[in-house]
Amino acid sequence: MSEIFLLRNRLIPGLNQFKVYLENDGFATWKKAVTSLKPEDMVNEVKASGLRGRGGAGFPTGLKWSFLPNTIWPHYVVANADESEPGTFKDRELLEFNPYQFLEGLMLASYAVRAQAAYIYFRGEFWQIAQKFDERIAELTAAGLLGDHLFGTDYSLRVYTHLGAGAYICGEETALLESLEGKMGQPRLRPPFPAVYGLFGMPTVINNVETLTNLPIIFGKGVPYFRSQGTEKSPGTKIFSLSGRVNKPGNYELPLGTTFRELIYTHGEGILNGAKIKAIMPAGASSALIPATEAALDTPMDYESVPTLGCALGSASVMILDETTNASDLVNDTVHFFAHESCGKCTPCREGTFWMSRIVDRIASGKGKKEDIDLLESVAGQIQNKCLCALGEFSIVAVQSAIKNFRADFDARVES
Amino acid sequence: MNELIKKHSHKVNEILAKYPPDQKQAAVMPLLHLVQQDAGFISRESMQAVAEITGVSTTEVASVVGFYTLFHAAPEGRIRLQVCTDVACDLRGAKEYLEKLCAALGIQPGETTPDGLVTIEEVKCLAACDRAPMFQAQMGDELSYHENQNVDKTLDWLSSMTASLRKPESKPTTAEEGGKHE
Amino acid sequence: MDKLVTLKIDGRSVTVPAGTMIVDAAKELGIVIPVFCYHPKLKPAGMCRVCLVDVGRPQMDRATGAPVLNEDGTPKIAFGPKLETACTTPVSEGMVVWGATEKVMEARKDVLEMLLTSHPLDCPVCDKGGECPLQNLTMKFGPGESRFKFDEKKHLAKRVPLGELILLDRERCIQCGRCVRFQEQLADDPVIGFYNRGRSIQITTFSTPGFDSIFSGNTTDICPVGALTTSDFRFGARAWEMKEKPSICTQCPVGCNIMYNIRREAKSSGRMVIKRVMPRQNEEVNEIWICDKGRFTYHYAESPERLTSPLIRRDGELVQVGWEEAVSYAADKVKAAGSSLAVIASGRLSNEDLFTLKTFSNRINGKAILHTTISGGDWVSRCGLTPGSNLGELGGNDTILVFASDLHEEAPLWWLRVKTAAERGACLIVVNPRKTRLDKYACHTLRYVYGEEGKALQEITSSSGEIASAVKEAENLVIFYGSEGLGLAQSAYVAESLAGVLQSGGRVGKPNNGLVAVWQKGNDQGAWELGFRTDEKLQETISAAMGVYIAGADPASEDPQLKIALQRAGFVIVQDLFLTETAKLADVVLPARAVMEREGTAVNGERRLQHYLPAIPAPVGTRADHEITSAIAQAAGLDLLEISVESIFERMTAEPGVFEGITLMQLGEVKEQRPSIGRNWKYYGGTSYDNHHGLGLVLPLNTEVPLLTAKKAVPVTEVIAGRLLAVPVTRLYDRGGTVTASDMLKERISSGVVSLHPEDAGKLGANTGDRVVLKFAERELECGLELNPDQPSGVALVVRSMGAMLAAPAEVAVVVKTAAKDS
Ligand SMILES: Cc1cc2nc3c(=O)[nH]c(=O)nc-3n(C[C@H](O)[C@H](O)[C@H](O)COP(=O)(O)O)c2cc1C
Ligand code: SF4
Ligand code: FES
Repeated sequence: MSEIFLLRNRLIPGLNQFKVYLENDGFATWKKAVTSLKPEDMVNEVKASGLRGRGGAGFPTGLKWSFLPNTIWPHYVVANADESEPGTFKDRELLEFNPYQFLEGLMLASYAVRAQAAYIYFRGEFWQIAQKFDERIAELTAAGLLGDHLFGTDYSLRVYTHLGAGAYICGEETALLESLEGKMGQPRLRPPFPAVYGLFGMPTVINNVETLTNLPIIFGKGVPYFRSQGTEKSPGTKIFSLSGRVNKPGNYELPLGTTFRELIYTHGEGILNGAKIKAIMPAGASSALIPATEAALDTPMDYESVPTLGCALGSASVMILDETTNASDLVNDTVHFFAHESCGKCTPCREGTFWMSRIVDRIASGKGKKEDIDLLESVAGQIQNKCLCALGEFSIVAVQSAIKNFRADFDARVES
Repeated sequence: MNELIKKHSHKVNEILAKYPPDQKQAAVMPLLHLVQQDAGFISRESMQAVAEITGVSTTEVASVVGFYTLFHAAPEGRIRLQVCTDVACDLRGAKEYLEKLCAALGIQPGETTPDGLVTIEEVKCLAACDRAPMFQAQMGDELSYHENQNVDKTLDWLSSMTASLRKPESKPTTAEEGGKHE
Repeated sequence: MDKLVTLKIDGRSVTVPAGTMIVDAAKELGIVIPVFCYHPKLKPAGMCRVCLVDVGRPQMDRATGAPVLNEDGTPKIAFGPKLETACTTPVSEGMVVWGATEKVMEARKDVLEMLLTSHPLDCPVCDKGGECPLQNLTMKFGPGESRFKFDEKKHLAKRVPLGELILLDRERCIQCGRCVRFQEQLADDPVIGFYNRGRSIQITTFSTPGFDSIFSGNTTDICPVGALTTSDFRFGARAWEMKEKPSICTQCPVGCNIMYNIRREAKSSGRMVIKRVMPRQNEEVNEIWICDKGRFTYHYAESPERLTSPLIRRDGELVQVGWEEAVSYAADKVKAAGSSLAVIASGRLSNEDLFTLKTFSNRINGKAILHTTISGGDWVSRCGLTPGSNLGELGGNDTILVFASDLHEEAPLWWLRVKTAAERGACLIVVNPRKTRLDKYACHTLRYVYGEEGKALQEITSSSGEIASAVKEAENLVIFYGSEGLGLAQSAYVAESLAGVLQSGGRVGKPNNGLVAVWQKGNDQGAWELGFRTDEKLQETISAAMGVYIAGADPASEDPQLKIALQRAGFVIVQDLFLTETAKLADVVLPARAVMEREGTAVNGERRLQHYLPAIPAPVGTRADHEITSAIAQAAGLDLLEISVESIFERMTAEPGVFEGITLMQLGEVKEQRPSIGRNWKYYGGTSYDNHHGLGLVLPLNTEVPLLTAKKAVPVTEVIAGRLLAVPVTRLYDRGGTVTASDMLKERISSGVVSLHPEDAGKLGANTGDRVVLKFAERELECGLELNPDQPSGVALVVRSMGAMLAAPAEVAVVVKTAAKDS
């Protein structure tokens, strides 16, 4: 049985109550850090742990922290709780049922980069969750875990919530910062990167909720324990959000490197009504439709192996298609999703996703022709590598892979 | 004196306190949420109010209202029933569910029932993919998730809600900028 | 000087300052890398993606850090997998850029095709047709035809008034954001913005009035498509049908370089008419911008109110007569008056008009008086800016001091250039009794009480204090002074004191150091240079004079005392475009020509001498002011028969003084302007014109004016309790002849003529929009009221040229006459 770092709420009932969390030595690590750890040592510790970002990019967290210049102050830490990738619902469970571990992680990160203010950016739909967090932050402040001169040291920290209002792009870190600053959520040019020019123009660390929730484990139980799970290059566990045509969709925390087969068949209990699996989308709407070959099913889910199948692990929101699903219908969904979420800033994404949406509608309506399939493919290619941010690039992955691997599904929809 | 401050001075100050004093613009979104909470939508006047408080132009505030799908520049149904038909939900029959629901209410997605009480919208992933079909109900700024739905279940809930809301209601007008987000 | 970097673009090598973007480096070589969202005057946005190029950088050995070499010893260049945007990628040493490879051309074509998917392609009827970057670039780089199904296009509103001045065509907009960024970064009026997102994103405004910015017109020049147009031009003409006539805007002392686009119009019975006013690049004056007053007021020349026949007074009535009769009538009077003739002119006239008038009054030993609201011009002649000065160079260790002036209202382009200098690091000191738009950019703001300029001047000149030292220690010091709250006497005192600051700092004669007067009219400085002087006792002068000869000035409508005096005056000759309050009192009225109807030269506030040519033929029956003067002179037997502007200019420059030796040729010289906006392509700088017609010339200082005399402070006007101090202030959109006559801007003219602090208004129970009566010691007048929390209490600000005539600070009591309907 593998270790559980994150969904500890499933082992400890009521973990989302302050009392219960404290009883399970909650915030002991926080106190230890503030009273006895050196920030720079903590950064190195996270480097050593090999923790990689769980928000999608999989970027080494410790390395990211080390980019903050110590010549510009103040520093900020922002928790990315925008969870908007279709098929992703892992952060939500953490925020609702293991919130204090996440908060402790956020606080540890703040101390490690000497930030005195941290913001949690929630997607607008997480409205009640955010409200609950305001109460929890008050709780922590009352308990002397947040506020000025913590534990008699000269370190002070305040945590604030900020609510989005419905925009997938605000999950992208620079768009998130714009949104946090009260503007439209359009991505910024990079460089400069947030580590140097972030929130309010100050050096800023942005981490995903799940990433941060790992920190109390790393600092509390040590690097070796953390590395006891997962692979050399992708250490630790990961929450896989399993959805689509499986019998038991849901969040499953498993060591990185677990195979798709184990996730789908052991934990997801196989395909609905015993149908045949058709394709896997390992990273939500932003991922390719990977034909569910035996080889694919036996591929370990980690940051190195999944790319060999032709797309990133991303936020590990695994969506399953079975033989009853038509790939072109699904592409219709992804295309409309990206057309709807395009921020409108750069031409290829704004115009390209719109153009594709017109084509897939034509195909869906049955009025499409064979040429429309080729046009769709070429428009996707036309968008590729020209966009200002990754959203535009994401918008074509499903399209290209579906046409490549399941062209028959498209042919079935157009006039022959 | 600024209407919003007059009405919610305490909340407004709470919000402003979250951000550095020289970064008032950051308070725009929380203030807009505050406005929408009690008005159900964001009028031009309240955009002005928010602009004054945060020291930006009304146009800059409007840009924010226009960008985000949860902000509404015009009053619509008192209950906005937002069904997720995104990839994962669609894989579990969300589109069929939406179709039936619309048929039952006699309106199309994006439309509002004649009594101005219910607006149905098709929305993108709400991070509840494992409990599809599902919808989110938005009343003012109050959001609630309703998961593992079927049409009857939804209609029951609706009638219980609308019963409580049913009072003489003026017909919804549309925003000067027209509908958002095709 | 920043460090230089050498790179290769399309095989050609170029050296530019580090930090330069690839696209600008390419421009240096004349290589076209298309851009839409990028503009050399704005911060890069990297939105439109049309500027994608292939960028390679020298490969470095990780271990040694030394460049990796090919067999042939040349450095190995590593190209990234993706193309990069030339507008956001700074150059680096040894960089290799390919801007025309197949890969790049393909990408360019792709982006253009995508832009066209939502473009209406209505070029045949589009206002931008013929000068449209999208059109040009599509011709050169675009796809043969679009594969986008036209019937699937998104149809949007094609005529959205963003205000009464600027129209938006939502189908043509390509969302490049230039307009939005111009308003945010340069105009500091973020009153237009994007609404919605994705393909639904649109330009919108939520300000009242719509698109509320005095710089709004410039967005139509930098809009790379026909989406933004001025309401007076839309569908007015096709670019190629119009002729180009270079000119100078004389609406304010900045003297922006402009281009009139003219065309023969059937609907105006085949006459040549002005279709639009465009900026003409002069990086030392207006860069590539003009304000809306300069862009929209030209319509006054077309006004039906124009005088087209001389008038003389017969038994109390002004009746039309021929030129002959009118001129000889005037001449007789002039002879009769002899040395007791007062000649009154304004900076609306050209140097040639003024020179002729001056010579004229010299001949008869009359008095040459400049009618304006601000004095001290001889101090500007003596301590003003000198050749080699350029506000565009100020920054770093320099200081700019703005005294008693609201530049945003009085000289918009100076506001813009001072603001940008401050953003470049120049220390800006704003000294004004009330808050103005510049305060935001100031490192020091100094408030003083209206009437107590002296105190403020002391602080500036004192031996201690931040402000004093910022002034002393500045590498360069430019001082602007205006007439906010001042009369002639006070502004003379201010000018002299500030000139003293420059003298004691040993700055007089140094480039980028000097005194600048924020005049009311375009050529007031020229009048000073030519020997015209203000007259603090004008009323007495007029009453005493046997005759008054007024050219291009309207004292009667600006000062009631003068009106009375003129009624008493022996006789009055008036030259003007319109039947002004003053003209109504005249015995002879002679119809003059507007600036765009005649040739001339003018001196702007920075003492730059500039030449303008006639753009359109003048209405029949009118004459240029200098022609009228010489005609009268000749009839009066004084020979100053100089008809052509050239010959007058030659005379003027033959005489010793600041004009000596200058030729019109010199005024026509141009040196290369940076950024070179390249109108031929327009994709880069917009439709603003290149300057092929001359940058003008800054005059040398007038060393005749004696330095440092004993300053005479002006006593503070005492105000008894319960009454207020009324002071004159200047506003851009006033009721001055040209603004009202052009009627484009009428909705922007505030109905408020006097403004009070809400506190004082409260005591009176008065509200914005009320009609109030201003009770002065010797007169009363009624006008509209507005409230302004940004002004001090205890004063009533009276806007100049709005009918409520106030020449100098005075005690006043304000009484509500009728309350505004709505309040
Ligand atoms: C279009 C787009 C959407 C994204 N959405 C999310 C999101 O919802 N949540 C998230 O944590 N990261 C999201 N990311 C990744 C963030 O940009 C960023 O990499 C991440 O928050 C960094 O945190 P991490 O290093 O802990 O993963 C998104 C990125 C892109 C390009
Ligand atoms: S209106 Fe013109 S300048 Fe403004 S975004 Fe559209 S195309 Fe660009
Ligand atoms: S992205 Fe370079 S010009 Fe628009």
